[in-house]
Amino acid sequence: MNLRIDAEKKQGSFLLQLKADVSGDRIGIFGQSGSGKSTLVHLISGLLQPDRGEIYLNDECMFSSVKGIDLSPERRRIAIVFQQAMLFPHLSVKANLLYGYRRCHAENRRIKPEALIALLKLQPLMQRGVHNLSGGEKQRVALGRAVLANPRLLLMDEPLSALDDTLRFQIIPYLKSVSEEFGIPYLFISHSILEMQLMTDRILVIRNGRMDETTTPDQLARNSMADNPKGYLNLLHLADPVLQNGLYAYSWGRNSLLISGGGADRASLFELSSREIILFKKHPEAISARNLLHCTVTEMFESDGRVGIVLSVNGEKLVAEIVRSAADELDITIDSPLFAAIKASSFRKLA
Amino acid sequence: MTLTPEDISAIWLSLKVALTATLLALPFGFALAWLMVFRKFRGKVVLEVLVNLPLTLPPVVIGFFLLLLLGKNGWIGKVLDASGMPIIFTWKAAVLASATVGFPLLVRSIRLGMESIDQQLIEASRSLGAAWYDTLVTIILPLSLRGIMAGSSLMFARSLGEFGATIIVAGNIPGMTQTIPLAIYDYASSPSSVTMALSLCLVSIIISVVVLLVHELLGKQLDRRSAL
Repeated sequence: MNLRIDAEKKQGSFLLQLKADVSGDRIGIFGQSGSGKSTLVHLISGLLQPDRGEIYLNDECMFSSVKGIDLSPERRRIAIVFQQAMLFPHLSVKANLLYGYRRCHAENRRIKPEALIALLKLQPLMQRGVHNLSGGEKQRVALGRAVLANPRLLLMDEPLSALDDTLRFQIIPYLKSVSEEFGIPYLFISHSILEMQLMTDRILVIRNGRMDETTTPDQLARNSMADNPKGYLNLLHLADPVLQNGLYAYSWGRNSLLISGGGADRASLFELSSREIILFKKHPEAISARNLLHCTVTEMFESDGRVGIVLSVNGEKLVAEIVRSAADELDITIDSPLFAAIKASSFRKLA
Repeated sequence: MTLTPEDISAIWLSLKVALTATLLALPFGFALAWLMVFRKFRGKVVLEVLVNLPLTLPPVVIGFFLLLLLGKNGWIGKVLDASGMPIIFTWKAAVLASATVGFPLLVRSIRLGMESIDQQLIEASRSLGAAWYDTLVTIILPLSLRGIMAGSSLMFARSLGEFGATIIVAGNIPGMTQTIPLAIYDYASSPSSVTMALSLCLVSIIISVVVLLVHELLGKQLDRRSAL
């Protein structure tokens, strides 16, 4: 998918002035609230017209003030998943799901309802009224409804913001799987760096209505390390734990990690804040932290007075964060051998 | 309670006029409410004032303007007369008078119903491939049903009580254009007819109570349906 946008829109005293050209199937739009993300969603989907400029999706003109083109929202085939599920309250779950499908031209009906209902596990919900669904179920139906419209682009406008953490990580695999399974590219809009890391490959950063930069999720997490209360979030996909003295032992590449908040699930996703890692120059003889990893510095980066240390632990990557003075005192340079100590309780299970 | 054949005819005529006026005004009221809530255009404030004007103007003034418009020399009256469809002093004039006076109430209620619809539901519908008229029929109409119903019963009730504009454009001809309020007015002018006036007042009260009950019941049914 290629999205080319060069548009201007004034709303009250707020001016959105965007110029971007991105390609990819998993693109993120990152910005704090009030940065203009929502306006951008409206412009791309055709629900709002730019004052001037042009918008192209896969070389097809959606809007051009010069050529006098403004494709109506229903002809753009760009479906939106909103922050709130926005299910039609007067329709059943089934009628909601099929709303877009019924309006999709036969030649564009690539995704069939049966396949989607199976993938999103919606069968048990089909006979229920939309008022009898939980928050997560509603969002799954909303996602299904958008996908069944067989759009050429899915706009996910903070689809996880209204959900609590548990639900959020239950929905993420669904969001990813529908896009992968049915080959629908998406634009994922959010102000959460963690969601960006989990959902996107390329990111457009918007600040005060303007394009700030195009970056990668990893770079975004690095840049925001100092400002983010959790620092840089290391995400670890771990599987098949073995219970050892009340702790769960996971293998991580050629390493082993002891985690207190593990679980019997086969596969889990854990987050580890860069601030939870303590670095030692020499092997500490005795230490209460249950994980002591021998590692090598592969890269160092600055983020607002903090130093990010990228470590290689037998080939696995981990980012630790220390203050400048600590980096100087320990004389850390590229290729320095270090010991990283991590408490078993520092890992937070996400899903 | 005693009712003369004229009274019965007045009751039927009142119901017929109120129902016709409501049904006639409904599509226009819906369209206008939609225009005011969902469309941006120049002169919206002017239109708003015009629509609400009958609410504040004395009905007699409205009746007088209607008379000028529909009378033999009025713009519309001329055309209607030429086509052999005189309207002044017929029950149709009473319908027009009621429709004009009750119209702002209808539009107001439908507007309130439409304004309570979450904008994102409409955006969702559009982005799922529905054209604006499709969204209007499949999302806006069903979701403003409560407002439509409230507006219709208000308008129906207002039409039943219409007096000032009606007496000017439709006159007070027993058996032809005399509605309940006009008949009561006639009875009230002669001291010997207090019982007759009271009988019609009672009928008026009964009809009003029934209208309100039906309104409540339909509202409850809608609530039950949306809670499923």
